[in-house]
Amino acid sequence: MKTTMLQNEVSEGFDEKKLRKVIAASSVGTLIEWYDFYIFGSLSVIIATKFFPSDNPTAAFLSTLATFAAGFVVRPFGALFFGRLGDLLGRKYTFLVTLLIMGFSTFAIGLIPSYSSIGFLAPILVLTLRLLQGLALGGEYGGAATYVAEHAEPNKRGLRTAWIQTTASLGLFISLLVILATKKSMSLEAFNDWGWRIPFLISIVMVGISYFIRKNMDESPLFAQAKEEGKIVANPLKESFGKKLNFKFVLLALFGATMGQGVVWYTGQFYALSFLQKVANIEFEQSNYIIAISLAAGTGFFIFFGWLSDKIGRKGIMLAGMLLAICTYRPIYQAMYELADINLKTEKPNSRQVRADYHMIDASVNLSKVTRTIYSYTDGTQLLEEKTEKVSHIPSVQREKAVLKKTVHVGQHAFWMLILLVFIQVIYVTMVYGPIAAFLVEMFPTAIRYTSMSLPYHIGNGIFGGLLPAVATYLAAKANSANEVAMAAGQAIPYDKPYLEGLWYPIIIGGVCFVIGLLYINGKDREIND
Amino acid sequence: MNNIRRIAGAIWIILGLAAAYFLIVEQAIPLFAKGDMESLVPAIIYTFILSPIITGGMCVFGLYALQKEYDL
Repeated sequence: MKTTMLQNEVSEGFDEKKLRKVIAASSVGTLIEWYDFYIFGSLSVIIATKFFPSDNPTAAFLSTLATFAAGFVVRPFGALFFGRLGDLLGRKYTFLVTLLIMGFSTFAIGLIPSYSSIGFLAPILVLTLRLLQGLALGGEYGGAATYVAEHAEPNKRGLRTAWIQTTASLGLFISLLVILATKKSMSLEAFNDWGWRIPFLISIVMVGISYFIRKNMDESPLFAQAKEEGKIVANPLKESFGKKLNFKFVLLALFGATMGQGVVWYTGQFYALSFLQKVANIEFEQSNYIIAISLAAGTGFFIFFGWLSDKIGRKGIMLAGMLLAICTYRPIYQAMYELADINLKTEKPNSRQVRADYHMIDASVNLSKVTRTIYSYTDGTQLLEEKTEKVSHIPSVQREKAVLKKTVHVGQHAFWMLILLVFIQVIYVTMVYGPIAAFLVEMFPTAIRYTSMSLPYHIGNGIFGGLLPAVATYLAAKANSANEVAMAAGQAIPYDKPYLEGLWYPIIIGGVCFVIGLLYINGKDREIND
Repeated sequence: MNNIRRIAGAIWIILGLAAAYFLIVEQAIPLFAKGDMESLVPAIIYTFILSPIITGGMCVFGLYALQKEYDL
């Protein structure tokens, strides 16, 4: 009797108010987890100076471990660990635990005294908490997506779960906003000294609110039904990955969907920011505004493509997003490069401003000369060139190379064009990412859903997406060094646009995923009550 | 179409092996050769975590495709 009632609740009598509460509770918690995860990355430069001094090899080693291990190793482990718990104990309790672990870790990072106060304990504590963040994130997404999907109407599953999909971009957006607002509210010295802790500390308030909302929610009806019918499996890991029948779908989800989604997602949000700052030399604040505005403008499209996937299918939208991305990345990034390229701009006559400052380096007679030159261009762009050189009577110091740093502040037209170009990439992200929660949920049966969908998601995003900076940098560096060798030998350079070489990684991975998805994904299975 | 799905299985196996070559020979070995602690972490992760997951996963996927597991 109770079973029939539960089935009815899932298939017919949907309580819109309750469903909205389910979506809000799940989405807000996941949003906070993403926010927590991103602020560490966004503040990594400051964190490094406070906890991982570069002149200390062991601290630098711990820093590398924190960067690599949290994304690559711990997230998939979190998916396995919490996925198993979610399939055994229930979705609700598991994603409550992941929320608390994430909240506690983030808050605690904000409280840790710096390396100069407590020595090696500081980087060890930060590393431990960062690993806990990765573990919690690995368990969170699958739980939230499954929980919402198992409450949703069958014909609106894409729309309902798309709210969960907005959280990753919104989490990044809010983290950028909080960091920029904190920075603006105080002096740079105060921010570098203690202000950077604020984004970590305020997380506890958000986590507290989210915890109490989630705590009062019911368990997923499909999980409760499966539990009542004795369909819960004793070992979800063995069931998911030990049986060919299930494991082949885990592999298909990874290589035919999440792998491509991961690289499109990372390219559109993180690589774009890194490209603006490191290749186009656009200043920190302006580049963050470009990403934040593009994300804000594009976020609604997660919902749109989730809704559309209920109407026309998930596979077509995801694959179209991948195909558009791989075909247009190079022209988009070329245009981004040209918009900030001062060689293509006209300098205003008599507008150059030059200022030189001298700083004492040490107690000796060595001085540091910093020459700041501001170039102004007719389109409103400004280039700040900062040349730092040592002035000394000692010959070895005289021979040291000057350090040249260029920062571009683009004019209004270029600024909005860059927003448009990043926005287009965000649209690709929404196409591949909007429908994917519903797609993954529909691929696996209730008894092993949490475990089975979490792992391919976190391998696709954490490993294939997370590898993007390393591989893209490697490809660009290889092209640059090949050009240098050719130039030294007086030959023609092999790469005329070395700054675009890094894009081959998302293009190739996205291309392989597109072909696998096109060939092997059925795309017609919408049944989740199995 | 199922024939294409099966034949493509061989391509996925080759791609998996190519990924192993890239991760170990092109990425990990030069990092191991540097010898410093900072390079050691990514080198170990490339060799013992990423390579087995990517290569193993791709090869098993290709094998399943050859075994007609993904026929529609």
